[in-house]
Amino acid sequence: MIASLTPTTTWYLVLAAVLFGIGTVGVLVRRNPLVMFMCIELMLNAVNLSFVALAKRLGDIGGQTTVFFVMVDAAAEVVVGLGIIVAIMRRRPGATADDISVLKG
Amino acid sequence: MEFVVFVLASAMILVGAVGVIVRSHPVHAALSLILTLFGVAVLFVAQEAHFLAVVQVIVYAGAIVVLFLFVIMLLGVDRTEDITAEPFRIQRPLAAIVGVGVVGLVVASVVAARNALALRGDGLSIAEETGDHDSNIRQLARSIFGDYVVAFEITSVLLVVAVVGTVVLTRRMRSSDDSSTGSKAKGA
Repeated sequence: MIASLTPTTTWYLVLAAVLFGIGTVGVLVRRNPLVMFMCIELMLNAVNLSFVALAKRLGDIGGQTTVFFVMVDAAAEVVVGLGIIVAIMRRRPGATADDISVLKG
Repeated sequence: MEFVVFVLASAMILVGAVGVIVRSHPVHAALSLILTLFGVAVLFVAQEAHFLAVVQVIVYAGAIVVLFLFVIMLLGVDRTEDITAEPFRIQRPLAAIVGVGVVGLVVASVVAARNALALRGDGLSIAEETGDHDSNIRQLARSIFGDYVVAFEITSVLLVVAVVGTVVLTRRMRSSDDSSTGSKAKGA
């Protein structure tokens, strides 16, 4: 009986909201810049999930197209972000987000 | 059946996501992230986004997480971080309040608007209905290379800028000592 339930769009959107919330808490709590980046990826995935669910619900392929562009942006963002982290870590090994409070090197 | 898939995939997603923020070791956090990304890929398949599910596995789990692991190994930051230490006493309660608030507001609006979604658009072509197993990728390609072709071309500029920027950022500046020894070696 339970297996005959079909998940509706609302379920997907609630799951996406929870995933986004976990990502938000991660960015606020963790101090390792790499893990903060991973939490940003979690938030991007939550948004992607809601886009795909709404594309199905509204019958519009535009949602999936947007997810495609979000993935490209995520790749570019990770490349630049990790480059910045590598540059910072080379100057001061073991730096956390609290140590990098000024833009000046 | 769809229900079982949804429950299993959401369990993967939530366990992985919680793992990312509670694991103190960065490598474990990256592996938890892979679990989440695979769960999202499963839900993409369940929502008729077959091409995006493949891209999710290849680009996210394949490329982005590997990039994370490379950086962790390169920098040697694969030490366990002490996550019990709390530099600001009020940080975690505030973070919990913000997280619960974000989730609560979004869930409330989603539940309130659950009947407001009207079907519009041309409809998603679904493989079981059209009998064409490539219908999703065809429809997506028509959208990307038709309506959004300008955005697609600008994306290539974005990627080139990102690559060039990263090379400039991570290039090791040669100090004056290095350049002097270099010229000496050249002279010799």
